[in-house]
Amino acid sequence: MTYEEILTKYEPVVGLETHVELGTRTKMFCGCKTDFGAEPNTQTCPVCLALPGALPVMNRAAIAATIQIGLALNCDIAEWCRMARKNYFYPDMPKNFQTSQYDEPLCVEGYVDVVVDGKEYRIGIERVHIEEDTGKTLHVGGATGRIHGATESLVDYNRAGIPLVEIVTKPVPGLGSLAPEIAKAYVAELRDIVRALGVSDVRMEQGSMRCDVNTSLNLPGEEWGTRTETKNVNSLRSVERAVRSEIIRQAAILDDGGKIFQETRHFQETTGDTRSGRSKETATDYRYFPEPDLVPIAPAPEWVAELKAALPEKPSVKRARLREDWGISEVDMQSVANAGAVELIEETIAAGSSAAGARKWWMGELARRANELDVDLAAVGATPAQVAALQKLVDAGKLNDKLARQVLEGVVAGEGDPAEVMASRGLEVVNDTGALTKAVDEAIAANPEIAAKIRDGKVAAAGALVGAVMKTTRGQADAKAVRDLLLERLGVS
Amino acid sequence: MAAISREEVAHLARLSRLAVTEEELDRFAGQLDVILQSVARVGEVAADDIPPTSHSVPLTNVYREDVPAPSLTQEEALSGAPDAYEGRFRVPRILDEED
Repeated sequence: MTYEEILTKYEPVVGLETHVELGTRTKMFCGCKTDFGAEPNTQTCPVCLALPGALPVMNRAAIAATIQIGLALNCDIAEWCRMARKNYFYPDMPKNFQTSQYDEPLCVEGYVDVVVDGKEYRIGIERVHIEEDTGKTLHVGGATGRIHGATESLVDYNRAGIPLVEIVTKPVPGLGSLAPEIAKAYVAELRDIVRALGVSDVRMEQGSMRCDVNTSLNLPGEEWGTRTETKNVNSLRSVERAVRSEIIRQAAILDDGGKIFQETRHFQETTGDTRSGRSKETATDYRYFPEPDLVPIAPAPEWVAELKAALPEKPSVKRARLREDWGISEVDMQSVANAGAVELIEETIAAGSSAAGARKWWMGELARRANELDVDLAAVGATPAQVAALQKLVDAGKLNDKLARQVLEGVVAGEGDPAEVMASRGLEVVNDTGALTKAVDEAIAANPEIAAKIRDGKVAAAGALVGAVMKTTRGQADAKAVRDLLLERLGVS
Repeated sequence: MAAISREEVAHLARLSRLAVTEEELDRFAGQLDVILQSVARVGEVAADDIPPTSHSVPLTNVYREDVPAPSLTQEEALSGAPDAYEGRFRVPRILDEED
């Protein structure tokens, strides 16, 4: 069955769990720093190493950030809630439990609206809660770095205890064949909302935003199917691919009369499909109970109101403003947003590019390239500053469109800034009139019949000769200049 | 009726990574049952207006400011570890938890 055929037969239900690492200066329960890339185990203390007798104290800024995320997602903020212990055995937490929230999340019942293909979809938010990140484990002795075949694990607890916010959607039915795109649009919107709050750098490629995707299929009119949870989905594009591949995989099993098992699957970046992991432990296996070492959280209404008043401009409002500034249609703006290009274009304009130029490169050549490379637009290999520099070279007449695309190709390939690539590849527009005149004269001499037609007033025939000149100059001439010169040499201008 | 079954004790022992013999299971199930029944009696006297208690002190909102405090050095952090390698804690591989 093709993907389209599957979606005429089955209805997908999608849910997303997203983890956002907060950008606080210190950890959730202790004063250890949270700097990225520090030497292993240099940002730890008795609290985050779980040494006996150490007691945690909550970071006020992390609670404030969680409440702000909840408010920005239209959630209700709990008047009173508690932290909980999630017990499990795995060396990524030295405590043998993760301090999290269970049945009393800090924020509940919100929503995010996303627009895909001109239609608005409301994604319900079930809960937003605060917890702590785990340490980083490195499996050694095995060939793959994964746990299979590993003889031992090496653990760095610098990340253990960094505040982590989990945002869980309600299961979303009724998305049909657009489910993958809508899931991606939701994560892009969530990322933009959190980034606007300034509480996290939300960089999926660095792991400060991570996604788990739940997917199930059912026949129309029947109950929702058994869901699988796909972990390790670490880019916007992977969100879309993970949902799509899981729909296809499950449909093949169901069509064969098989059953879907509730399990954790791992997304494979290289192949774009999912692979089975451990079967999901049931909730009771974690033996959650209220954290006795931390007192309840009861945010004062005044504090919540203060945090709400301090919320920044919403990304959707900002987009409306930018759309006006850039002079583009709502549909075009939505595709810019869904491509994750809003900030990139904004920064390109700030670096001196025209709005049209910035949008053209990011949504055209670079989007196509990102698609080919299977990466997010932000990771395509060109920076806003480089794109602005490229557009400035075009504006200055040093590059035409075709040459500019070749320069951009070099930039993406890591050959340097546009000016460097232009110089090293010898791509500057030929403005030397002497060289051009020679090329034009050669073209006239080589095509006497066409030249005669033009002299007789059939100016439309000039295109063939312009093409010939562009060919001999390897595209490095300005087509209009060539045409003008050609007509001048033939005495018809 | 018992408050906890032998099977539940076996399940908890497995989750807690405790190696418990068949004899111990019988003994612990009985002991835990006595403890749980005793605690359950508190529920019999608690009226509806008494909410379940998770914290013995009536405090809420105890926070610290987001200001860095000194951490341990890498040597200090690893000093109590049974084994370490290149600045990291070295632990035996964990089976059947992932993949």
